[in-house]
Amino acid sequence: MFQSPNFQTLSSEIITPTATDVERALDKDRLQLHDLAALLSPAAEPYLQQMAVRSANITLKRFGRTTQLYAPIYLSNYCTNRCAYCGFSADNLIKRKCLTLEEVEKEAAILHDRGFQHILLVSGEAESAVDVEYMEAVALRLRNKFAAVSIEIQPMSTEHYMRLFEAGITAVAVYQETYDRDLYKQVHLSGKKSDYDYRLETPARVAQAGMREVGIGALLGLADWRAEGLAIGHHLNWLRKEFWSTAFTVSFPRMRPAAGEFEPLQLVSERNLSQLIFALRLFDQDVGLIVSTREEERYRNGMLGLGPTRYSAGSCTAPGGYGDSDSEGEQFSVGDHRSLDEVCTMIRNKGFDPVCKDWDREFQISN
Amino acid sequence: MNLTVNGNTKLFQDIKTVTDLLITLNLEPETVVVEHNTTIIQPGSFDSAHLAEGDQVEIIRFVGGG
Amino acid sequence: MLTIAGTEFRSRLFLGTGKFSSPSVMAEAIAASDCQMVTVALRRVNLDDPDDDIMKALGLHDYTFLPNTSGARDAKEAIRLAHLARAASGSSWLKLEVTPDPRTLLPDPVETLLATEQLVKDGFIVLPYMNADPILALRLQDAGAAAVMPLGAPIGTNQGVLTDFQVEIIIEQAKVPVVVDAGIGAPSHAAYAMEMGADAVLVNTAISVAGDPIAMAAAFAKAVEAGRTAFVAGMGQKSKQASASSPESGMLSSDLGFLN
Repeated sequence: MFQSPNFQTLSSEIITPTATDVERALDKDRLQLHDLAALLSPAAEPYLQQMAVRSANITLKRFGRTTQLYAPIYLSNYCTNRCAYCGFSADNLIKRKCLTLEEVEKEAAILHDRGFQHILLVSGEAESAVDVEYMEAVALRLRNKFAAVSIEIQPMSTEHYMRLFEAGITAVAVYQETYDRDLYKQVHLSGKKSDYDYRLETPARVAQAGMREVGIGALLGLADWRAEGLAIGHHLNWLRKEFWSTAFTVSFPRMRPAAGEFEPLQLVSERNLSQLIFALRLFDQDVGLIVSTREEERYRNGMLGLGPTRYSAGSCTAPGGYGDSDSEGEQFSVGDHRSLDEVCTMIRNKGFDPVCKDWDREFQISN
Repeated sequence: MNLTVNGNTKLFQDIKTVTDLLITLNLEPETVVVEHNTTIIQPGSFDSAHLAEGDQVEIIRFVGGG
Repeated sequence: MLTIAGTEFRSRLFLGTGKFSSPSVMAEAIAASDCQMVTVALRRVNLDDPDDDIMKALGLHDYTFLPNTSGARDAKEAIRLAHLARAASGSSWLKLEVTPDPRTLLPDPVETLLATEQLVKDGFIVLPYMNADPILALRLQDAGAAAVMPLGAPIGTNQGVLTDFQVEIIIEQAKVPVVVDAGIGAPSHAAYAMEMGADAVLVNTAISVAGDPIAMAAAFAKAVEAGRTAFVAGMGQKSKQASASSPESGMLSSDLGFLN
């Protein structure tokens, strides 16, 4: 199983590189972990422009002039975990809701009508509301409507992931939130999620179950983003070696300071986020990089083609929010409020092709 | 008795076991591996490998190769 | 140190023992190469010349013997040879070769994979000789191969690592050691493979048919060591400066102006 490197070691490795190390990494075709460390280091900050150019060229070569689009459906905001940073945390006095199968279909129909072919099913982590049977039922109802259905819910066993794959789920995202074991303990106050190792081993279970794609990531705003980036590189490297026929993606959920909410422990600027995205693109030319509507319109417009390969669009993060715009209990407030059409127009105006369908679940055969 | 050794059928006198055959052929038992009627005789078991009329024997050893 | 199936090797040069002019030249060349792993083949004893014994010339305990299944044309034949080899050597090391085409002696990927699956079940330490196909390398690895041995060029051609583009991918992806086998005709070829990050190289013809095989063996030892040291040291990259026509220059520095 993957052994996450000591976070203190990672933290020191991303401080020491020099400008020479950065230049060497920029000149390489196949980067190693120490090159990734160099690109994540403060020494790389003056090279952000060169990194952007390299990243854009690699992304263009590997993915072409395309950007994939998806939308999330929030199934439930029930959660048994107490996570200091999350809007769904069990302590929070928000209106809780778990969509019925009919309600899920209604939300899905709205997204389908808007043109979405790829949806991401998201929920809080509460077995009592969303379990494998519920997910299976949802998947079976949606499978013929969408080309791809991904999930971002609580970690499950390999057997459960196999059942969901069979039911038509194509991909699973599960973020470590932070690779810093000590900090992880501090912010995950209670609930199943407080088991660092079980969560860390989840991407491997997903891949083992035969899912086509596995998403990993860290919540930006908890530990030092540079060290998180290096930890992601380690994790990605390991996953690629173990599961060579699985596709991998990295997401970059970035916490923003907001009144009355959890104050980020670290401020991650747009420049920082960009450096992280470029560094990972240079490190792994084939990994999918996802930027959600947490980021603002201006940022997402600017980053198009520079490294990210997939955007969400027209997102609502409260259960039932597409059908009823008054729905309460959202996970986070979005930064880009444009509709799918508006995002598609922007993408086309930049000379790229918005891709809503990258795969047909119909071709998926389970073993 | 008649034995087919490495593809050649020959008449052998006074032999009962694989060990006897190797001695007759001037081969050191520890340098070869023997397949008797398509079954490999484990080294050290040559004494107990009894031969019979018409048996097939392959005597094999390592040679140079890449 | 190179580790294959739990065994450590100080030397990253493996030697084939074929085509030498005499057993004594072979033994001396192998000694000069400082290698620890030698390949051998299995053949019927020549009953007219029973003294021709390679093991005697080499000394059984100085080397790890890697018997091959050369001559096998399919998985079935290879498996039979493998079991004979194990009986003869008393060890489970095996270089799996399945070469149905006598002209090119190129390995059959399908039969090699089938044989690997079976031989791993039978407890062998399988090192399959294979074409430099990255997906095949991963499939063989998944089947339990202890290392993979992609070819640099068809065997005996001395052409070097013509498959470098594919071998590089194999090295990048494989979890098991990668031993570049076949086609290595000069010490510079061996060094090149090692610089790329190969874990070891296997050389035979280039040494056995050299004017002075013993001196050539020593030259290969140095080349392999130099290549390995260079790889570990971190090679400089070939410069990208020459590609002025690339679109890299087309992007203006103001393009990141959108950042807050």
